[in-house]
Amino acid sequence: MQMSISKSDAKKLQKLRLKASRKDQYKRFTRTKAGNFFYTLFLVVFGLYSILPMIYCIITSFKPLDELLVFPPRFYVVSPTPSNYLTLPSLLDNLAVPLSRYAFNSIFVSVVTTFFHILVASAAAFVLAKTDIKGKKIIFTVIQMSLLYNAYTLEIPRYLIYSTLGMIDTYLVYILPAIPSSMGVFLMKQFMDTNVPDPLIEAARIDGAGSFRIYWQIAMPIVKPAWLTLTLFSFRDMWSIVPGGTIFSEELKTLPFAASTIASGGIARQGCAMAVTVIMMIPPILVYLISQRSVTQTMSSAGIK
Amino acid sequence: MNNAKTAAELSKLRKRDKFNSNLVYYFMIAPFFILFVAFTVLPVISSVVLSFFDFDAVSTPRFIGLDNYLRMFVQDEVFPKALSNTATLAIITGPIGFFLAFMLAWMVNEFGPTVRTLLSFLFYAPALSGNVYFIWQILFSGDAYGYINSTLLSMGLIVEPIQWLKNPSIALPVICIVQLWLNMGVTFLSNIAGLQNVNPELYEAGAIDGIRNRWHELWYITIPSMKNILMFGVVMQIQSAFSVGAVPIALCGYPSVNNSTDTLVSLISDVGASRYEMGYAAAISVVLFILMSLTKQLLGKLVNMAGR
Repeated sequence: MQMSISKSDAKKLQKLRLKASRKDQYKRFTRTKAGNFFYTLFLVVFGLYSILPMIYCIITSFKPLDELLVFPPRFYVVSPTPSNYLTLPSLLDNLAVPLSRYAFNSIFVSVVTTFFHILVASAAAFVLAKTDIKGKKIIFTVIQMSLLYNAYTLEIPRYLIYSTLGMIDTYLVYILPAIPSSMGVFLMKQFMDTNVPDPLIEAARIDGAGSFRIYWQIAMPIVKPAWLTLTLFSFRDMWSIVPGGTIFSEELKTLPFAASTIASGGIARQGCAMAVTVIMMIPPILVYLISQRSVTQTMSSAGIK
Repeated sequence: MNNAKTAAELSKLRKRDKFNSNLVYYFMIAPFFILFVAFTVLPVISSVVLSFFDFDAVSTPRFIGLDNYLRMFVQDEVFPKALSNTATLAIITGPIGFFLAFMLAWMVNEFGPTVRTLLSFLFYAPALSGNVYFIWQILFSGDAYGYINSTLLSMGLIVEPIQWLKNPSIALPVICIVQLWLNMGVTFLSNIAGLQNVNPELYEAGAIDGIRNRWHELWYITIPSMKNILMFGVVMQIQSAFSVGAVPIALCGYPSVNNSTDTLVSLISDVGASRYEMGYAAAISVVLFILMSLTKQLLGKLVNMAGR
């Protein structure tokens, strides 16, 4: 790679190349009119199917009480009001500890777990994909197989392990079991297998780069779309985590737990519940926008030599 | 003599190098390995062992051999229905979900970055909106307050509300619709990421080699270069298609009318959480696991055949 060009130049160059490649892609093949029609139809139909429940949630959260109960039910709202949102603060009295504490717990748990999950999973995936250590085939098979075992049944044996390790009623119950999530390692391994060329690793090794450096400075940048996507998956899972039978202290419980407490109070329950649901959606949506924006901007780096 | 010495030294050096780099590898995989064994492998093993025991989560487990398995196939009246519902749901939602997740990702990928991000948002929205599948209950509610019923009534297409979730012959298809909606996200986004990493030079080379249209390009270039990511999608789809449980419990209750939407996973959670028969729940999980693994083996071969 040319080391002499500055970072901003490199970015500009990448943008130009992206533009060029996109134009090429458009030029390569054209669709017939009928093809275009079905293409659009397909996207519209499935797009609506996917997004309508979320839109319904948002619309309902702005409905005044009489519109929530109107018959026949209406999808749209006639006179939108923020009243459902405005009553939420008064419902906070139902909570055992201040809302900020639940919010802190959820943010802390989601960020810490996601960070360590990406690190731990990608390092393991690099070793599984790009080295020849003993037993890697077996480990990889076990990882895939573990995805197929019913998670609910594992709760009891896991509880025993938590109590043996003294993890009950601590943040660790949320964090530690989620860090070695099989899905993350599986995803990262698949990407590193396909996209990190062995000659590139060889070349770096000849240049004197150590294994860790090859992982961090060569493999990880190439599979950026994979770990950005994984960041989103992990954050989303952790954001919606609810304390099971392993957390007793109120001050260690998460935001979804508080959300369900808030949603179950108040007169216009359905409206408030929707308002809470909508607010809870915002952080994962933000993470989505940030991570996917970078995913779709990454040029395939597999071709860089 | 001199030569032999250097050769010996070299091989010694190489060995030490290899040992050192292997050490780094073990060091890199250790955090994952230790946590994975502690929180996944050990629980799975103990669960499999538990399937041969009678265990109510309180008293000491009692070894009963294959009784749990015999009970499943001989005594339990819900099990066969749950098994057939699970199979039906898996056969319908698995392939359709996989196909949709791939086709939509492939189509969305043709747009520029901004449009692509927004379009992807549509298809990832079900996963982002958290556990809002209760909304489908409002849509499919069996009385005239349900959106679908009230729409059909006002259009005069039906004269009385349809019991979408209570009628045994309709409930399962409704569950399919909701489950498909819920499952798409992960596979779809991993496909999007996979498409970003396809080497563009391959497309250029393909055009020179006589690839004529989009479908050829898809079949001969895109799919073969995404095999690994497709395999990931296959495993994730198997996992979600066979693990339908939370949705039918939320929408139709458990047990549902005539057990029409009870699945192996909802049976497991009933046996485990309400009846405290942990050994039996574990045995059902083992059977479910075997079903899924066999499916995975079969589909793995199919994925490898694509693009030939």
